Amino acid sequence: MTSLRFHIRFPENKIKEPIIYQIGHEFKVVTNVRRADVRETTGWMDLELTGETEEIERAIDGIRTKGCVVDPIELNVVE
Amino acid sequence: MSKMKALVCRECGKEYPPKAIHVCEMCFGPLEVKYNYEEIKGTISRKKIEQGPNSMWRYIDLLPVESTAIIGPHAGLTPLVRAKNLGAFLGIDELYIKNDTVNHPTLSFKDRVVSVALTRARELGFETVACASTGNLANSVAAHAAAAGMKCYVFIPADLEAAKVLGNLIYKPNVVEVEGNYDDVNRLCSEIAGEHGWAFVNINIRPYYAEGSKTLAFETVEQLGWRTPDQAVIPMASGSLLTKIWKGLHEMHALGLVDSVRTKINGAQAEGCSPIATAFKAGRDFFKPVKPKTIAKSLAIGNPADGYYALKATAESKGAMDAVTDEEVVEGIKLLAQTEGIFAETAGGVTIGVLRKLVKQGLIKKSDLTVAYITGNGLKTQEAVVDAVGRPFRIQPSLVNFQKTFKMGKNSGGDS
Repeated sequence: MTSLRFHIRFPENKIKEPIIYQIGHEFKVVTNVRRADVRETTGWMDLELTGETEEIERAIDGIRTKGCVVDPIELNVVE
Repeated sequence: MSKMKALVCRECGKEYPPKAIHVCEMCFGPLEVKYNYEEIKGTISRKKIEQGPNSMWRYIDLLPVESTAIIGPHAGLTPLVRAKNLGAFLGIDELYIKNDTVNHPTLSFKDRVVSVALTRARELGFETVACASTGNLANSVAAHAAAAGMKCYVFIPADLEAAKVLGNLIYKPNVVEVEGNYDDVNRLCSEIAGEHGWAFVNINIRPYYAEGSKTLAFETVEQLGWRTPDQAVIPMASGSLLTKIWKGLHEMHALGLVDSVRTKINGAQAEGCSPIATAFKAGRDFFKPVKPKTIAKSLAIGNPADGYYALKATAESKGAMDAVTDEEVVEGIKLLAQTEGIFAETAGGVTIGVLRKLVKQGLIKKSDLTVAYITGNGLKTQEAVVDAVGRPFRIQPSLVNFQKTFKMGKNSGGDS
């Protein structure tokens, strides 16, 4: 089992959708929200995903397919 | 007791021992170094600093290392140049350039942060260091690792220009070209840092690495005769440099080294990658990530890790932010070179361009003691100005031809 941390951004039209709930059902990963800021027009959350590495990869693709942006928790590290 | 008290979460305040960690296990917020200021206050003084080495390591009491076995002992203490010509051009009585174009050994401010990062990494028992970079950071990590005899991995996007790859290869690190875009490199490096026992300078060593930027504030204050400037203009990529200069100024005040901090902190970005400046001008406390498109590559971080904290520091100081076009970046580089004889890389053009704008807007006044931070050498980004500097005069090898070209009489003096 692996745990990886991500920063997820929600575009305005996705803010009301229960995306994290859906991901927990569609993939064999445990979702654990540690910090979030959701407002009327923007939203982000810091999320931990635990599971097999390949399943986490699939879950990340799933979040992206639903219209969110996924970054590592460190954001940009290429300087 | 150690001068380093702990690593502390910038969000929830939870403390951790000062090891190679960078994210709070509780809330995933970023960690930074917390010092025993009471203890440091008992030992630090202006006199002690002035008697220290001729490098940024004269401020070792405020840097997160425990030993004196320094990697990069010559970094910092770069000139603070009184820019009379540029000041006269812009209409500022007292303008200074903090000139990190001549920082040792790789001619950018990154030598400060990397020196701290590698010194701390070795203290923590690491023998392999790594970074993800497209330019200045990679150069500095590779050079310092070579000098320290440490193994080094540099991760770069596979489509990076040949000249930049060469600048890294000369130090013989393991240069890894990652097939994919910047996002892919970011993600891979984050995962490698989590999996391997390496010191990734801007990931798991970041809390220590970032502290090196404070030395720009310390040096400025000392070089101004233990005064803080009224205005500071600072380029922003991740936003870390700006937040650490702000932190450094306040540390000096807390330790009694300066009477007050009166500095307005101003952030500078290129319009093609200005998530922080755009948020500031819109009055937002959060930024929207962007896809960078600017010649100022060393500032091209679309999703900056310290963007939120840079917004906060600038607001606290009552400073401002602005952004400039690529044309204004080139104009800024030329203006600095032609008035002060300092050839800066594109980030310097951003700083000068924004300085100019802030003066025009009346946000920096004629009487304000102003410091502009120039963070890298122009020889690194010559491609940015190659079409903007004109051509040499071409003449036949005869005295007559020379004199005709410069409209000189036969017996005229040197200047005509």
